[in-house]
Amino acid sequence: MKFVIAFVHFWYDFVVGDDWQVAVGVLVAIGVTAGLAHGDIAAWWLMPIAVISLLSYSLWRATRGAPE
Amino acid sequence: MSSVFLILAAFLASSVEMVEALTIVLAVGVTRGWRSTLVGVVVALVALAVVVGALGPALTLVPIDSLRVLVGVLLLIFGLQWLRKSILRATGYKALHDEELIYEREAAEARAAGHAEKAGLDWYSFTLAFKGVFLEGLEVAFIVVTFGSSQGSIPLAVVGATAALIIVVGVGLLVHAPLSRVPENSMKFVVGVLLTTFGTFWSAEGVGVDWPGAELSLLGVLAFVLAASLALIRLFQRTDVPLPPMPDRIVAVES
Repeated sequence: MKFVIAFVHFWYDFVVGDDWQVAVGVLVAIGVTAGLAHGDIAAWWLMPIAVISLLSYSLWRATRGAPE
Repeated sequence: MSSVFLILAAFLASSVEMVEALTIVLAVGVTRGWRSTLVGVVVALVALAVVVGALGPALTLVPIDSLRVLVGVLLLIFGLQWLRKSILRATGYKALHDEELIYEREAAEARAAGHAEKAGLDWYSFTLAFKGVFLEGLEVAFIVVTFGSSQGSIPLAVVGATAALIIVVGVGLLVHAPLSRVPENSMKFVVGVLLTTFGTFWSAEGVGVDWPGAELSLLGVLAFVLAASLALIRLFQRTDVPLPPMPDRIVAVES
């Protein structure tokens, strides 16, 4: 059990890292993009904007308090 | 075009991780002796080869659209993590990676550690060298396998990683000291931009988006992510602490 927890923890740290909200945001954005694309609505613009918005939000949260 | 980016991303990501692994290996090897340290390095490289050998062919069995969604999302989350960290370092909110300082710390810990021998090996040296090479190498393997399989060319990604291995190990052998002059943060920034760009493109394409101009729009996404990231460095630049030393500040002052 200890090994499984350590294994999951390692991969979480490895892929998701310091800000889980970025990962959740990416999943939501790709879900919305998929919805638009399947409704035959041009959705190519959504992911680049979502990605930079998520990065900006994450940086804002990291820098507004004490330095990391 | 995307082949060039593939090799470049694999080369830069591998260089950054190999410099970090080299620092650990040098600190342990110089302080406690080379035999057990090098055995740790070799065992870690074999373990990495097994991971790549198992994951690579397995990924090629997944249909390309599903693979691009999965890999695109993973690369995007992973790339944003690198980009976020490098921007925080460039703006002064996070300390820069200091290879000399890490080397001194690792060497001091290695000197202070007790001597336990297992299977004829100095267990401390073996474990530290193995962990350093395996964990840093895992990031390289992740990028090489995911990036390479989505582009349909793992060998090209391996070319980039191998070139980095030859250069980093070659320079390491020559100078026999941690490579503290490598502009790690700038390299991490570039890798972050590339992974974010490809992750954005592939994940969207995988869920059915038609990019205007097909693969050519990769350049547009790249320009957008790069310009936005440089703008974010300016926007969040800290003024109450000294700026990071050159050349890691290059990305900040050139924006």
